[in-house]
Amino acid sequence: MAAVTMVVNGNSVSAEAEGRTLLVEFLRETLHLTGTHVGCDTSQCGACVVHVSGKAVKACTMFAQEAEGAEVATIEGMAEPDGSLSRLQQAFQDHHGLQCGFCTPGMIMSAAALLRENPKPDEAEIRAYLEGNICRCTGYHNIIRAIMAASGQELPQLASQ
Amino acid sequence: MYSFDIEQPKTIADAVAALAGDEEAMALGGGQTLIPTLKARLAAPSRLISLTAIPEMHGICMDDDGRVCIGASTTHAEVAEGVRASYPALSALAGHIGDPAVRNRGTLGGSIANNDPSACYPAAALGSGATIITNARAIAADDFFTGLFETCLEEGEIITELRFSVPEAASYQKFAQPASRFALVGVFLARFSDGVRVAVTGASEGGVYRWSDAEAALNEDFSAAALEGIAASPQGMIGDIHASPEYRAHLVGVMTRRAVAAAS
Ligand SMILES: Cc1cc2nc3c(=O)[nH]c(=O)nc-3n(C[C@H](O)[C@H](O)[C@H](O)COP(=O)(O)OP(=O)(O)OC[C@H]3O[C@@H](n4cnc5c(N)ncnc54)[C@H](O)[C@@H]3O)c2cc1C
Ligand code: FES
Ligand code: FES
Repeated sequence: MAAVTMVVNGNSVSAEAEGRTLLVEFLRETLHLTGTHVGCDTSQCGACVVHVSGKAVKACTMFAQEAEGAEVATIEGMAEPDGSLSRLQQAFQDHHGLQCGFCTPGMIMSAAALLRENPKPDEAEIRAYLEGNICRCTGYHNIIRAIMAASGQELPQLASQ
Repeated sequence: MYSFDIEQPKTIADAVAALAGDEEAMALGGGQTLIPTLKARLAAPSRLISLTAIPEMHGICMDDDGRVCIGASTTHAEVAEGVRASYPALSALAGHIGDPAVRNRGTLGGSIANNDPSACYPAAALGSGATIITNARAIAADDFFTGLFETCLEEGEIITELRFSVPEAASYQKFAQPASRFALVGVFLARFSDGVRVAVTGASEGGVYRWSDAEAALNEDFSAAALEGIAASPQGMIGDIHASPEYRAHLVGVMTRRAVAAAS
């Protein structure tokens, strides 16, 4: 066990973690931030994506102790300060970018990382960036549309439709 | 996972000492291969010695001989960004490993040390004739990769840096296995003033290798036509649910011709 200190969604938190404690376990079980999901636990699905020091990472494939001193952002920190949905989250709702919602926290965190790197991505760039985020419900088209809308772009007929 | 402690040394010397002092300790790079392995209880280290907090193992520079030198703990995303101008084929390769989250954690040294038979970086290292620098020595890529998940690294030896000579032209052609995003077959081709190197990953049961027949033909005539009539043998190729040995052998030819076209 070791004491781990990190800044999660702007709040400094400190708690004990074993060496083998994954960052996602620390977030969900120690901090009770259960918005970050575990879909596969084998590094494939992207449901657990959070930001560590500004970069999208799979929280199931990183140890809590490796985030010592880091800034961590999770889906719980994505809403506006007044609790209303952010532009990106609202676009997912408006364009039916989710059905069961299980993949959505990871989708939002990956999409937010994409828009920070590339504020106006085209369809191919969005699909490439979301390669590690698997959705079993939507068939992806509406996720692409939501991200295009959130980045202030027209919604063209998607290449794949 | 079995229980273990994590240490995060700040220098190569401290990491090497930590690994030397404990036979059951293992190096931890970006964890994108090792953590899934630990979850499957296929390894039971007493301690993980993380190499990612060591500043001297990060970063990219050019040495006096014009080689691109990359610290072993540099992530795939950092390589993709950092060598875009100096070594575009290597940048493209790094930028297509896995997905963005994997690229933000996975490291060059971890990939080379792991020597997965379907991994991308081993092909770049062998195809470029790179030099692998460890805490103890410098190893030519031709001597480094010794088999499936096997390298010539000694117990407790860590990769600290790779040095890539930059070819006149190069291309990496990857036929991605759509579920894992690793290479079903990948070919890294590099043309230097003194000859062509063709490194193949994903195909052989012996791991990454150089396709010498193709190299000889391309040294005579650097064109896709020069490869007509030269076929890779399915003997010793991987056969699994994704592709038969014959299909992989066929892809080796296709990917090599595409690489020649892209590098012409
Ligand atoms: C979803 C997914 C998709 C992927 N797709 C691809 C792909 O398309 N192509 C590809 O090539 N790879 C792919 N990978 C693998 C990825 O590139 C890994 O990052 C890489 O294989 C291992 O690097 P790492 O830094 O994560 O090492 P780790 O997982 O930390 O370590 C791997 C092994 O290397 C040892 N090690 C680590 N660093 C060093 C060092 N500096 N010196 C000595 N030993 C060391 C460790 O002890 C361990 O045995 C994928 C992984 C995932 C999860
Ligand atoms: S739960 Fe982390 S990638 Fe699926
Ligand atoms: S909305 Fe159900 S998995 Fe994506």
